[in-house]
Amino acid sequence: MKSENGPGKQPGTSRNQADNEHLLHLLFDIQQRERHIPQRSIAELARQLALPISQVESVVDFYSFFHREPRGIYDFMFSNCTSCGDVSMMHSLSERLGVTPGKTRADGAVSIDTTSCIGMCDQGPALLVNGRTLTQLTALRLEQIAEQVETGTPVEDWPVEWFRVHDNVRKNGLLLGTPFETGAGLRAAVEKGPEPMLDEITQSGLRGRGGAGFGTGMKWKFCRQAKGDAHYVVCNADEGEPGTFKDRILLTSHAHAVFEGMTICGHIIGAQKGYLYLRGEYRYLLKDLQAVLERRKKSGLLGEKVLGLQDFNFDIEIIIGAGAYICGEESALIESMEQKRGIPRVRPPFPVTRGYLGQPTVVNNVETLAAAAHIAVHGGAWFSGHGSDKSAGSKILSISGDCTTPGAYEYPFGVSIQRILDDCGAEDVQAVQVGGPSGTLIAPDEFERKLGFEDLATGGSFMVYGKDSDLLDVVSNFTHFFAHESCGFCTPCRVGTTLLKNGLDKIASGHGTKSDVDEMFRMATMVKRRSHCGLGQTAPNPLLDALERFPHIFEQRLVHDSEFEPHFDLDAALEEARQISHRDDAEAHLV
Amino acid sequence: MSDTNNNNTITIDGREIPFEEGQTIMDAALAADIYIPHLCHRPGLSPHGSCKLCTVEVNGRSASACTLPAASGQEVSNNTEALNGVRKTITQMLFVEGNHFCPACEKTGDCTLQAVAYHLDMLDGHFPQFYPRREVDASHEGIVLDRDRCIMCELCVRASREVDGKDVFAITGRGVDARLIVNSESGQLADTDITTDDLAAHICPVGAILIKEHGYEVPIGRRTFDLHTVAEPGVEPVILKKGKHADEH
Repeated sequence: MKSENGPGKQPGTSRNQADNEHLLHLLFDIQQRERHIPQRSIAELARQLALPISQVESVVDFYSFFHREPRGIYDFMFSNCTSCGDVSMMHSLSERLGVTPGKTRADGAVSIDTTSCIGMCDQGPALLVNGRTLTQLTALRLEQIAEQVETGTPVEDWPVEWFRVHDNVRKNGLLLGTPFETGAGLRAAVEKGPEPMLDEITQSGLRGRGGAGFGTGMKWKFCRQAKGDAHYVVCNADEGEPGTFKDRILLTSHAHAVFEGMTICGHIIGAQKGYLYLRGEYRYLLKDLQAVLERRKKSGLLGEKVLGLQDFNFDIEIIIGAGAYICGEESALIESMEQKRGIPRVRPPFPVTRGYLGQPTVVNNVETLAAAAHIAVHGGAWFSGHGSDKSAGSKILSISGDCTTPGAYEYPFGVSIQRILDDCGAEDVQAVQVGGPSGTLIAPDEFERKLGFEDLATGGSFMVYGKDSDLLDVVSNFTHFFAHESCGFCTPCRVGTTLLKNGLDKIASGHGTKSDVDEMFRMATMVKRRSHCGLGQTAPNPLLDALERFPHIFEQRLVHDSEFEPHFDLDAALEEARQISHRDDAEAHLV
Repeated sequence: MSDTNNNNTITIDGREIPFEEGQTIMDAALAADIYIPHLCHRPGLSPHGSCKLCTVEVNGRSASACTLPAASGQEVSNNTEALNGVRKTITQMLFVEGNHFCPACEKTGDCTLQAVAYHLDMLDGHFPQFYPRREVDASHEGIVLDRDRCIMCELCVRASREVDGKDVFAITGRGVDARLIVNSESGQLADTDITTDDLAAHICPVGAILIKEHGYEVPIGRRTFDLHTVAEPGVEPVILKKGKHADEH
């Protein structure tokens, strides 16, 4: 075991002090208190946690919510997602408060910046202020916010309704619509025994709800069979795919089912410890989630001797991320749990044999675990009786964008795109991004396609773009997103996502030629095929899909009378020289 | 497991070669004197799989030869025009993301990145330069750190941790902002426990970590890759000697 896990992080110790002192949590406290992470704190933390200074430093630099330079007393981060973001609002607030985006105001009072999707796509535009989620922004609300800042009112004293987050469940299905009696799933699992319950999960046909769709029963079986000093259950609540917010609803209103799914998994694979890795953007859920855990402990559903069983101890702890999309990748998530940068591991070995602290670990999506809890109660046949042949059960969709009623919709797999569009009130639709930026961008002639692993796989994001949307803007937004979120480990993704971003910017600014488009296609294909992990392998999807289905959005911005245009405008570059020499005559221009 | 066991073979570009249990495709290839281009891999250090230069196709699927365990029946494509094209593009990407001025670099002729570029017939950077601003650290009395040339291969990170028993180097930042840092409170190399005897001080495949006061000891024309090609079997220890004993070979 290498030193970088720190002491007290050895497998098998089910309760250790160190878990409450997770590096990410300690850094969050410092960031809140000091508004940045000072150099001295890095060395202090390294000593306290017995980690290399360089490891602490690299973690600070990796996660978007930690800063080396002080942020404002009021630190605003506007979502830049196409659904829950509105960057023009960021600019108006910046102007109103005299702030340059990305820079802290000279008096140290305010900083304003953007951040990747914060999961409020059904109630945007939205932002984070000092890490707290503020939804449904309007021009009026921005003015009210500016007034609070000017009067120096602490964020804690701002009206609570500004921070309200609604579930917005529009269509109930198998999971959202079936009442869950707390403890019923676990009791059924214990009564049945691990092997038969595992068979039940396998027979249900449940596949991972994060999008990749690995068989849940199979995953649990592999982990159960793997030898180790300890086994772990991890709930992946790092819901970072732009346009996705269904886990937010499950964690808000169905947390018992999620935790119960984890506990059932623990019982089956022989784990004593579970972790919920919550994305930093959902920090506002922490208190309620902890209260649910407390109640479960009091009811004997967690802790020592669960349900009175002599040999079943199971605890759940929550680890909170700090703004890194890549941590939704299961091995990067495990690295993050181990207090490191979220760099995806080389696979094989897979987490089921070597995961957290090198031990067999199941990592499942929030929705997968909630479904497992229901399956424990109602049986595998109940679940597999819904959905399509290869995609059993239902899927909760997060619908946002150009529709009248954005929110959560649950459908049996096999539902058509058109049916979904009709239900959410989307008309004159130009395109739908199914499964978020890493998924598939489809055109109207494909709206009869069906959701499911055999056709359009999805982790739940469903973004609708109406006829007035600028699709090139959308593709550009997603391409910037991936360049921002690339972890930087492998060359194709680290450099390639930035080359794609720059290439797209060139076209969007009216300087692209046909050869630029060809170059981007070549690069996109290479990045998709040769990258180390799912991020790089899907980052070019929006671009490739748009080139295939909407070639005109590129063509109409191209320069057609020349084979090559430089990245920069040569004449504009001479502007400074013209000003210095007080000239603006024809001779001073290149054109 | 014996080499003669017929089950334990893979084919690389149609040539059948043996492998031992636990070997990667790269291990098996090196043992059979087959060159698969690579930069972040060095025998004796744990495989990394980050540079992606050793990208091969295994039964039609893209994989990193340095991390994928060899398994019976694998049919590996390696020295193909398409794969060498991908590798050339990756090499160009490594050049443009940093600041590489070969003619002015002490490592020229001894540099594996440069040698790989020649091997792949790379004639230009192709892509627009990123021109990143990166810091030079000359604080250490015996070693200089020129981050302009760093390619994030983490050979120094692993050499320090796995061979030197220290933890001198790390990569920080994210995406294209990733950069090499050292493990000291001041952030300066002088305040780490690195010495010029460390493998980490010598393993850099480019000119990012250089030993001071030993520049240009071997004249251009007699350097490692003036006398050897990067694809030559057994060239790894020669590279590490950095041309100093080039005349002996």
